[in-house]
Amino acid sequence: MKFVRPLLPLISLAAAEIIALAIPDSPLHQKAAHPYFAVLLLIVTVVYYIGAFLSDRISRRQKTPREHPIFYRAPFLAGAILFGNLLNLFTVKTALFPVLYFPSLDRVFGTLVEDRVLIGKCIGFSLGILAKGVFGGLLIGFFTGLAIGFSKAAEYWINPIVRILGPIPSTAWIPILLIVFSEARNASAFIIGISVWFPITVLTSSGIANVKNSYFEVSSTLGASTFYKIFRIGVPAAMPHIFLGLFNGICGSFVALMTAEMIGAKYGIGWYVNFQKEMMAYANVYAGLIVIAVMFYLIITLLFKVRNRVLGWQKGVIKW
Amino acid sequence: MVNSIRFEHVKKTFTTIDGEKVTALSGVDLEIEQGKFICLIGPSGCGKSTMLRLLAGLDTPSEGAVYLNDKQVTKPGSDRGLVFQDPNLFPWLTIYDNIAFGLKARGMYKQRKNDVSSFMELVGLKGFERSFPHQLSGGMCQRASLARALIGNPQALLLDEPLGALDAFTRMNMQDELLRIKKEQSMTMIMVTHDVDEAVYLADQIVVMTPRPAKIEKVLDVRLSQPRDRNNPEFIRLRSEILKILDFAGKESTPEYNI
Repeated sequence: MKFVRPLLPLISLAAAEIIALAIPDSPLHQKAAHPYFAVLLLIVTVVYYIGAFLSDRISRRQKTPREHPIFYRAPFLAGAILFGNLLNLFTVKTALFPVLYFPSLDRVFGTLVEDRVLIGKCIGFSLGILAKGVFGGLLIGFFTGLAIGFSKAAEYWINPIVRILGPIPSTAWIPILLIVFSEARNASAFIIGISVWFPITVLTSSGIANVKNSYFEVSSTLGASTFYKIFRIGVPAAMPHIFLGLFNGICGSFVALMTAEMIGAKYGIGWYVNFQKEMMAYANVYAGLIVIAVMFYLIITLLFKVRNRVLGWQKGVIKW
Repeated sequence: MVNSIRFEHVKKTFTTIDGEKVTALSGVDLEIEQGKFICLIGPSGCGKSTMLRLLAGLDTPSEGAVYLNDKQVTKPGSDRGLVFQDPNLFPWLTIYDNIAFGLKARGMYKQRKNDVSSFMELVGLKGFERSFPHQLSGGMCQRASLARALIGNPQALLLDEPLGALDAFTRMNMQDELLRIKKEQSMTMIMVTHDVDEAVYLADQIVVMTPRPAKIEKVLDVRLSQPRDRNNPEFIRLRSEILKILDFAGKESTPEYNI
């Protein structure tokens, strides 16, 4: 097993390439311009081996202990290639799945290459709206939560409003927003903003309410002003909660983004999927879904990287 | 008297959630001379921690007033450092940043940057600048908490059972450390403790308190020179005297189960 493990992706790759290139396609399927699937598998495998060797080299030179042994992910990659291989077999090679809804993998990956200009534009558009909505919602939510957490008056007046308005699903606002905002993208940003604002507000204020009172007492005996206590004690102590709110908010914002783009948008990755579905172009639909998955995966990964950096002090204190 | 701490007819009552009035301190008069080591001792509920919180300015007296250098105490300030039983270090800051907190809060960090390392050295934490509180032992955290309170050069250091959570060896070690720091920094130290031995070992003056009503029973002067020998006959005599006062007071007080 020890010797087979590194070779698993190669074996799986060979099987997939033979089937992809040697067996003729079913005549029922529309022909792709290039063998995109076969090329993609090859690229992924090569990149994996180069990456594995390089990271092994680096960790050996720096003498840092590795989290996992080299080729830890080899069986997983082999499995993933096998999965693609089977999909390829059932779609383009045998037409076992309904041809219209299960296009060939060559055409799905081909779309990513051939339709890259429109897809790129859609990604840019979606990210623009997402950034606007998330930062707006984060900023307003953070300060609303801070006010509720620190001021009795704000707690009395604002908290009930938050509790009534917050649980309304942000997309339920659409009919009203279409009247208020003349531009669809502003309405979309607003929907995203609401879906981020609520969890951030709730978790910021509860985070502050949970800060040990003795931290505030100690800091006053050390001569800290009220402002200093809010931003140097309250905020950092509540930061784990705030990040939890941000995580919930961002996941909610993805839902909001997709829904928002399906109403009156002219671009956007959610619009793209919806539009292609109506055109019955399912290869494009799958390509759009792949883009969405990668995009959101990267955003969440970035959030976790930022969290690990900001909350590095938590190691051994709290885990989530 | 200048440079002193004074409690004048201080009374403190709390109202519980049920609307019941609880007397935490019933009429206390006490004068503490500058530079002394004072121990407040007594069973729980005798109001010793309340006295410390009033002096720190975290609570205000219901009646009477507390004075520091003839100025009435109304709010917390950096002229009175406070150390709790729980070190209460800020877990998101390194040990260095925890100790520097007071300087930064008062905008004095730039001028007094060097003090941070010298206070770290004073409490024996050199080399742990970049550690986080959760990486240190309880005793080390308490040292850091001590340094954090000391760096503001307070006139009085208030210690609320600071060694209560430490094991016996660390505890004796820290007692000597406190005496050494007191000698170097020459400030008034007021310490709340449950431990009679600790009180006699450390204090220049021991304030014995009793509960129900929570008040001062007796103030004893300890006339032993430092360092003290725990087997000295005078040491033993003082210890048994305090125990006698506390025991006697305990018998007089209403039992806990009485409604």
